[in-house]
Amino acid sequence: MNSKITNRIALSVIIVCAAAMAAILISMLGYILVRGVSSISWHFLTTSASPFLAGGGIKDQLWNSFYVLIITMILTVPIGVCGGIYLAEYAKPGRLTSFIRTCVEVLASLPSIVVGMFGMLVFVNYFGFKYSVFSGALALTVFNLPVIVRVTEDGFNALSLHQKEGGLALGLTHWHTIKTILLPAAFPSILTGVILSAGRVFGESAALLFTAGLSTPDLDFGNWNPSAPNSPLNLFRSAETLSVHIWSVNTGGIMPDVQTIANGSAAVLVIFVLLFNLCARMLGKVINQKFSGK
Amino acid sequence: MKIGKVVTDAAPASRNRSKLINEKGFFSRLTDRTSESRGKLLIYGSALLMIVAVTAITLFLTIQGLRSFVVDRLNFWTFITGTEWFPDRAKNPSFGAFPFIFGSMAVTFLAALIATPIAIGTALFMAEIAKKWGAKIMQPVIEILVGIPSVVYGLIGLSIVVPFMRQHFGGTGFNLITGAIVVGIMILPTVASIAADSIRAVPDSLRQASYAIGATKWQTIWRVVIPAAGSSLLTAIILGMSRAFGEALAVQMVIGNVGKIPSSILDPSATLTTIITLSMGHTTTGSLLNDALWSLGLILLLISYVFIVIIRFIGKKGEKR
Repeated sequence: MNSKITNRIALSVIIVCAAAMAAILISMLGYILVRGVSSISWHFLTTSASPFLAGGGIKDQLWNSFYVLIITMILTVPIGVCGGIYLAEYAKPGRLTSFIRTCVEVLASLPSIVVGMFGMLVFVNYFGFKYSVFSGALALTVFNLPVIVRVTEDGFNALSLHQKEGGLALGLTHWHTIKTILLPAAFPSILTGVILSAGRVFGESAALLFTAGLSTPDLDFGNWNPSAPNSPLNLFRSAETLSVHIWSVNTGGIMPDVQTIANGSAAVLVIFVLLFNLCARMLGKVINQKFSGK
Repeated sequence: MKIGKVVTDAAPASRNRSKLINEKGFFSRLTDRTSESRGKLLIYGSALLMIVAVTAITLFLTIQGLRSFVVDRLNFWTFITGTEWFPDRAKNPSFGAFPFIFGSMAVTFLAALIATPIAIGTALFMAEIAKKWGAKIMQPVIEILVGIPSVVYGLIGLSIVVPFMRQHFGGTGFNLITGAIVVGIMILPTVASIAADSIRAVPDSLRQASYAIGATKWQTIWRVVIPAAGSSLLTAIILGMSRAFGEALAVQMVIGNVGKIPSSILDPSATLTTIITLSMGHTTTGSLLNDALWSLGLILLLISYVFIVIIRFIGKKGEKR
């Protein structure tokens, strides 16, 4: 009898824990979206931030976030995919492989602010890229590489062995087999992982603080010459991203509508992260259906 | 995948190719689109880059972090154990990093204390109680929570937790426990998802054996499943702690940023990450304060390595069993 009562109580406690988790998500999303969406307007999205006055927008920050994300992905995906292929296909058990594995693990678990400090030291100061889009993207590359490596390795390991054997039996080299048979087959799962990691990169702030900077020059959206100092495409200008903006507005903002700006920016940030998440999910579902033939 | 490796190595294609390739010149080996050498160059280059990145991070941060001891002649021991952080004092500035180290530790442990029960409970719910629909609901919840950027957690802390603490416990609301709550919520999904994986990895035969001798569900969970998942559950918690330890902006927004050892959990405090976040941008390279901050960064890096080593150690121990 006693053990049955304990059983009841314990199981209810577990259910309460799960409910608490779900409640945290719902209340957080609810809070951010309800409070934030009211301050999102076309005006908010398409005006530049104003340092002192009310009514500033987040146009530049939003653009910077996407620009840094794209540059990061251009840098990360090829290197990360190749690294993942190494671990899945070429790595022979031994010291070197286990060392590389350890390195990936270390990169994945380093605090992002440490990556930011490294970026400041090497990219900003040593290579002289200054606070810029490029420095930020390089720092985020360090931060994002291990994720892509893992995604790729998992994607390759999930493939059936027959595909590889088929390629090799045709007399193709190992690399040619990977390039023409395995990579296309693993592509969907890699893409899903890449989109998910894009959400992570999009929201990252600590690594960008000391690499992409806390300010943005007056961007001229009519000037698309990448070498002009006020061009949105310029790689070597400082670029405050949306998530850094939320932080800096909250810690040192002196405009009267700090709350509105912070809430609106947070809502925009969360909406985009949710969109990335949703995309990855839908893609995963579609691909799963296609492959399992249901 | 072991079979795969054997097949690759024994495959005639990879044996014969070396002869084929030797017939070609070095240049065409790299330009031929199907050439193995070109692929290998790409692949090995990328893998090597991983090593380069880790080595560079460790090396650069170590060199820069040791500057304050080697160039500026700060005493290492007084730096670590000193409790007074007054870098701006014109006469006799003092650099005692202990309050920050203590703050980081306190936030980490309190966050783990807050997160662990809820996270493990959720994991048990997903993996033991409601295996099908529970996982179907909770998996997306966890994935979305993981995806929410840390600044947003900070903002939520600033606009919900801080006013709540101010109302119910007095003070400004910016204090150690507020920071721990925010970070605790932040690491919840990480701990929960790894814990759920480790519970799912417990073989079903153990559960069946337990039910067969008349154990209730809870007895099975408590006496069989949790001990069997033991070391990986611990890994989940420590991974969460290492994430809590490295979190910067969310903590900085709510912890109050006072460089003193807090006398209670309701006192404002500061951590290694928050002082770096706050001061790094205002200092000039090469100044004493700047060097001291890099030393704090080095401590941060070293403790992150300690976490990594602990996780590896537990993992190895779990494998042996």
